This record gives sequence, C-alpha cells and structure tokens, in this order.
Amino acid sequence: MSFSSNNTPSFDRDVKRPFPITRREFLSWMAATGTSMLLPFSGFGAPQEKSIHTRPIPSTGERLPAIGLGSWITFNVGFDPVARDTCVRVMDQFFKSGGRMIDSSPMYGSSQEVIGYGLEKLNRTSRVFSADKVWTAFDSEGPSQIDESRKEWNLPHFDLLQVHNLLSWESHLKTLFARKEAGRLGYVGITTSHGRRHEDFERIMRTRPLDFVQITYNVVDREAEKRLLPLAEDRGMAVIINRPFRQSELIDFVQRHPLPEWASDIDCENWAQILLKFILSHPAVTCAIPATRQVNHVVENMGALHGRLPDEKFRKRIIAHVESL
Amino acid sequence: MSAWWTYSLSDLLLFSPQTYYRLFELYHRSIWPAQIAGLALGIAIVWLLRSDDARKRWISLILAACWLWVAWGFHWMWYRNINWAAAYFAFGFSLEALLLLWTGAIRNRLQMPLFRPLFRRSGIALFLFALILQPLIRPAFGRQWVEVELFGVTPDSTVLATLGILLSGRKSHWTLLIIPLLWCAVTGATLWAMESPEALLMPTAGALVLGFAFWKGWSERRRRRTG
Repeated sequence: MSFSSNNTPSFDRDVKRPFPITRREFLSWMAATGTSMLLPFSGFGAPQEKSIHTRPIPSTGERLPAIGLGSWITFNVGFDPVARDTCVRVMDQFFKSGGRMIDSSPMYGSSQEVIGYGLEKLNRTSRVFSADKVWTAFDSEGPSQIDESRKEWNLPHFDLLQVHNLLSWESHLKTLFARKEAGRLGYVGITTSHGRRHEDFERIMRTRPLDFVQITYNVVDREAEKRLLPLAEDRGMAVIINRPFRQSELIDFVQRHPLPEWASDIDCENWAQILLKFILSHPAVTCAIPATRQVNHVVENMGALHGRLPDEKFRKRIIAHVESL
Repeated sequence: MSAWWTYSLSDLLLFSPQTYYRLFELYHRSIWPAQIAGLALGIAIVWLLRSDDARKRWISLILAACWLWVAWGFHWMWYRNINWAAAYFAFGFSLEALLLLWTGAIRNRLQMPLFRPLFRRSGIALFLFALILQPLIRPAFGRQWVEVELFGVTPDSTVLATLGILLSGRKSHWTLLIIPLLWCAVTGATLWAMESPEALLMPTAGALVLGFAFWKGWSERRRRRTG
C-alpha cells in the first residue's frame, strides 16, 4: 500500500489578516527555534489547531482549506428561527474546524440570508471565503442581483462569483470580469452540476481566463476526470466540487455497509471522510463543498482535512470497493 | 433552464420536507385565529349553495377572497421565502381571484342550475372533502395538527374546494379551471419529490375534475343538439 507524497501539512493563509504572520505560523516558528519553551503553558492563545489540507488558488496562490460548506437545501430554512440557529451552529463548527469557503446562490431560496445571519451572529465576516453565484436569464438583472446577494450576505464584496449553471454566461461573465477589474470582486468562475453541459463548459474554460470552475465529481460520478479536471489543471483554474455525496444519496447508500478495514490506512473514521478524501486526492481539486444541517456531520466532513490522502492506487481501491457494494 | 429534460423532480426541490412542513406550522401560528374565519366562510358557502341564484354570487366572492388571501398571505409572505417560484404562484392565485370575481360575483355565471344532479353532487362532495376531510390527512399520516391544509388559508384545500364548486355548476368553466388544475400538478410534484404520502391526492382530484369537465361539456353539447 502506498500513499501520495504530498501529505506535508500546508497552512491556511488568510489574506485579510491584520498581521503579517498567523498565530499558527508564529507557533510553528517558536517550535522550530525552541522559543516555545519560554511559554508558560502549551495552550498559548486559542486551542491549538491541527494542520489541515489546504489548496492554492492557482491564479493568486492564496490557500484555501480543502473542505468548504454548501448551502443547497440545507440552509434554505426561511423564517424558522430554530432552524436558522441550527444553521448558525453548523457554521460555527465549520469555522472552528478550520473551514473558510461557504457557497450559495440566489437560486437557493433563503440560504444567502441565513448565511448572512450566521456570519453576523458569529462575527465571521472576515474569516469567510464567500462564494456566490449570479443566476438570471436576463442579462440586465445580473448586477442588481449581485448587489441583492451581497446585502443578504452582509458583506462589502464577494470573494468569488460564479455564473450559475452557465445561465446567460456571456453577459454575466462580462459583468464579473468588470467587477474584478474594478477591485470589487476577488475571483470569477462558472458552475455546472450533475454532469450537465460539459462540452459548453469546456469551451468556456478554454476561452475565458477563469479563476474557478465548479463541477460535480465523486466516487461514482467521475465524468469530470476525463477532460474538465485535467483542463482545469492545465489552465490554472481552481476547482470546487459540488454534490460530493450526490446530495445524500451516495452517503446514505454506503453507510448501510460497514466501514472498510482499510479506512484507517488513510486516516478515515467514517464513510464521509472516505468519500471526501477520494475527491480531495485528485490533484486538480481545490475544495469540496458538502452541505449539511447537522453539526455532527460537519465534524465528520471536516475530519477529511486531516491525515493521509489516498494515492492513485488507493483511489482505484476505493472505486472498486464502492462499486462492489 | 438549459437541458431541462435532464432534471428530475428532486433536483428542482429547493427545500427539505422538514422546512416545508415547518413553514405551514409557522404560517398557521402567525395567522391564528384566521383559520376559524376560513372554516366559517366554508360553511357559509355550503349554506349559499342551497339558496336562490341571486345569492350565489356570494360564493364566488368568498372564493375570490380566499384565493387572494392565499396569494398574498401564504405564497407571497411565506412560501416565497423558501421557493422563489412562489412569486409566480402568488400571481397565478391573484389572477384566479380576479377571474372568480368577474365570472361569478359580477356576471353571476358560476352557479347556473344543473340538469344533471351527478355533477352537482360530485362537486359538493369534493367541496365538503376539502373543507372537512382534507385537514385530517396530514395528521392521519403522523404529522402535527399545526401543519394541516385548511380551506381559505392554505393552497391545496382552497384549490380543491374551488374545483368542487366549479364542478357543481352547469358549465365547465375552462378559463377558471386552468389555474386550479395547474396547481394540482405543481403541488403534486412538490409532495412527490418530498416522498409525502399524500402526494397523489391533488393530481388525482385534478384528473377527476378534468374528466368530469370534459364529460359535462360533451353532455351540454348533446343536450343542445337534441333540444
């Protein structure tokens, strides 16, 4: 059994940080130089965070934690105060586990508003990597929809905006690139899901200087391996993976079966981590965005940010095992 | 939507069943005691069905008011928050309210005397089902009482009761049938995607009313031909 060699810990880098060095980098430096012995106790500052898997955004080098948080269905809870607070607890656990990217869309009902509510309540507006979308068939509605979304999130600017499902993509991309040029947006991307319109998607990837693409990829939906993922690598585009559990269908299915003995070989304690580590171990993948409304699921999902990742041989073993179930 | 044929019903569902039923609970709590007014209006319609033709225009007025309330109170104020399509539902329900006002309340064409008692009895039975039995369905399947469908305040019961009234009249009223029948399909698809046990109720009722409407139209034409 062999594992990928690039398992050296990488550290999350927050570009919005007020100081030129993070607490974690500072502690690492202290450990390296022996100055940590000067500390009165090992729990200096906040609780020690373990190193987590991060990935660079190719266009800037900014690093992102490799697990994000989706909001499709799970955060669309409307006015329900109880469910809203449940979402806040999910977000709280997500951030505490080292997460940064939260993804949403104006198509997702009240999800954006609930995210904004959570960010404000948790005071995490500077921590979040905000990934939203523009989704309207009317070209002229794009800018106003983006502004509405921004108000829902309660943020001055988005980190990333994507054209949702390629809807009116030409005009919306113009809007997004103009915003990026004006310094009102960090990154530009496009999305698809369920393996739809991959030919159009590929064409846009080849002709537009995108920072991000968002596609569906998981252990059973591997169409993207053929062309889109290699192309993203070639073109230097970050890749967000949606539907890592096929909504809940895939995880519900595999969880009916016992956890394989080999799970511990890639430091997985549950099926969610196996499925997520399969995705993260693809070299083109930047971030997977599982959605949930349960705190214990966040803990499970974020566990995939730690420990060894499968190498190519092990990935084939995971595929074979899941297909045999 | 591009490649729309590749989408399944569950792909189009924007919310969880938990959120959907919780919406009903919160809505019912927020409008209490309007539910009693809805029930009273339903009973008033039963009484008006037995009265003379001049008073029957009040049936249309009550139905139009209920459709307008559901458009604004339910779809626009509540449902739209978890389903952007509810803005269109609100428009459709408002349009139906206007059609009921015009056809029934202003022109008094909704409840012309019937030559076939079968249609009248079926229509009234459907109306009574929507008023009395439909609210019992969700609790019968284990859901809470605060999540029920109720005439006058939630869509399904209001639509089914209206279909009953339309069925009981002499004419088929195709213009008035379009929106309620579309709603039967929409709500059926939503509940089906959520795997709700009552998913087939509204589409089945809609299909029956559609069948009766065709039969009624055919009978009316034959009656005219035979004089």
